[in-house]
Amino acid sequence: MAIVFDKTEGLLDKPFHYCPGCTHGIIHRIIAETMCEKGILNDTIGVSSVGCTYNNYEYFSCDMVQAAHGRAPAVATGVKRVHPDKFVFTYQGDGDLASIGAAEILHSAARGERITVFFVNNAIYGMTSGQMAPTTLLGQVTTTSPFGRDAALQGYPMNVSELLATLPGAVYIERVAMNNFKNIQTAKKAVAKAFAVQEKGLGFSLVEFLSTCPTNWGKEPVESLRWLESAMIPQYPLGVFKGKDLEV
Amino acid sequence: MAKKVLMKGNEVIAEAAIRAGCRHYFGYPITPQTEIMHYMAKRMVEVGGAFVQAESEVSAINMVYGAASAGARALTSSSSPGISLKQEGISYIAGAELPAVVVNIVRAGPGLGGIQTSQGDYFQATKGGGHGDYKNIVVAPASIQELYELTVEAFNLADRYRMLVMILGDGTLGQMMEPVLFRESEPTEDTDKSWALTGRGDRTEHNTVTSIYIEPDDLERKNNDLQIKYARVAEAETRYESTDVEDAEIVITSFGTCSRICKNVIRQAAELGIKVGMVRPITLWPFPSSEIARAASLPSVKAFLDVELNAGQMVEDVRLAVNGQKPVYFLGRMGGNMPTQKEILDRIVAIHDGEAK
Ligand SMILES: Cc1ncc(C[n+]2csc(CCOP(=O)(O)OP(=O)(O)O)c2C)c(N)n1
Ligand code: SF4
Repeated sequence: MAIVFDKTEGLLDKPFHYCPGCTHGIIHRIIAETMCEKGILNDTIGVSSVGCTYNNYEYFSCDMVQAAHGRAPAVATGVKRVHPDKFVFTYQGDGDLASIGAAEILHSAARGERITVFFVNNAIYGMTSGQMAPTTLLGQVTTTSPFGRDAALQGYPMNVSELLATLPGAVYIERVAMNNFKNIQTAKKAVAKAFAVQEKGLGFSLVEFLSTCPTNWGKEPVESLRWLESAMIPQYPLGVFKGKDLEV
Repeated sequence: MAKKVLMKGNEVIAEAAIRAGCRHYFGYPITPQTEIMHYMAKRMVEVGGAFVQAESEVSAINMVYGAASAGARALTSSSSPGISLKQEGISYIAGAELPAVVVNIVRAGPGLGGIQTSQGDYFQATKGGGHGDYKNIVVAPASIQELYELTVEAFNLADRYRMLVMILGDGTLGQMMEPVLFRESEPTEDTDKSWALTGRGDRTEHNTVTSIYIEPDDLERKNNDLQIKYARVAEAETRYESTDVEDAEIVITSFGTCSRICKNVIRQAAELGIKVGMVRPITLWPFPSSEIARAASLPSVKAFLDVELNAGQMVEDVRLAVNGQKPVYFLGRMGGNMPTQKEILDRIVAIHDGEAK
């Protein structure tokens, strides 16, 4: 019988530890598939960060290094400067990238570091049980904004892609969502484009994934997908923020 | 051919690193070590290496972490406030067992402190500095020639043990000029770096670098392995200079540039008929405890005088080594000041005459 669907070689044969309905796993899968399809799996070095995916170096079958909280872009800079001919990516959550690692992401983009950042925005801190993130929506209840995020007290959500798109060093930035099949297909194309930008040595590339956290949102998986669409996308519009006309 | 040149300490560090095969430097400006960066900014281009001015010391040390995990000989340098920021990365480098070299050209603290010379970071350098049970090899050169040789050696030690080696200098060492004799070629070692991240290539297994071990038993095993390695390093790599200890009445302990002032005092004391010896630790970790203990057990040795540019930090290790066998006195200056030879000599005379407190 012909095999029509199989596990990608980009992932090791190990069950994910992610919660049911969490879209981290799908993001892993499309990154891994893309590495295989592009034939770059053996030429790629990934950087795990701190968050629910802290140990995804145990899942991706390429070479992997685990970085301190927020520092993945700096670690990736070090790796890339040693191996300029290899593909280097980071995988970071929104607490990791937009809060504690704000300086690292901003300056690696400003330097035009030839790395690819996979940025997972689930509007919350997952790993440490649901605290407010810089990306938490106004009114969103978290363990540290128990009455809903109030702009007067806790400021406004941060639109990272739009912010980074203002920097000349950032050549390709796209925001995608993991809420339905069509959007996941678009997300996979964005992953491929980001790697292609790196292959050409054009500069910094980033794909922002709107992702679910059913556990800390306190929502069922399907309800989470709906909330992503109805609440997150209006704040975080999908699309290409930089490099729309880029031919790669 | 070996050649002798007159150079500033900071520039010697940079040149020695290049000679040792370092092609990746990451730094953030801070006095009194900035000449290292300036030198590297030019030289790395000449030798085809990478120089990155990082956005902070936090980023610089994490770039070193990345470059080291990718198999390179990587260097960062800073001075005290910047080294405080690097402690996160230093702990991760220890946890992930990566080879790396960090230079601290110490200035006076605490806080922003001052930009003058100090040895106030002895505790931070030798007792951990960051979180967790770990050690760094810490070398403390006293001259520019030694600074050159220990910088090259630092890269070899780092690779040999997959450890962070800290070069602990001070403002004086970084800023002063002395002749330095460069060897024709450097003694580099072939160390196995098959663990490094290079892209899998033909490997069947992927390589990973991490410092996290979620299971307590795994983490304890990891920590035990680290401690075994540190014991091995202490056994093989403890370095010191021991001068005239055999027939000394008073033994000075002092490191780095401060020990040079002490050396002159030894001669002056001899003119007064007081026999003074000195143990100068070259590695601050591992610490030459056994040599100090041996000196303490000599019947001729009546007392120790520890001299430092701080409020008394290494003196705690000296006291542990002496273990109550003989009295240990301390003389320190702070804030960027150095003790004069006369200050030290007066103290020696007082100890000799039984009048020291
Ligand atoms: C220096 C430091 N501070 C805090 C933590 C604790 N911590 C672990 S994960 C995390 C939040 C991660 O959230 P996010 O980046 O949004 O990723 P997610 O878990 O949602 O995927 C925090 C604060 C840490 N490990 N290190
Ligand atoms: S806590 Fe949230 S982000 Fe983390 S695995 Fe569970 S659902 Fe996913």
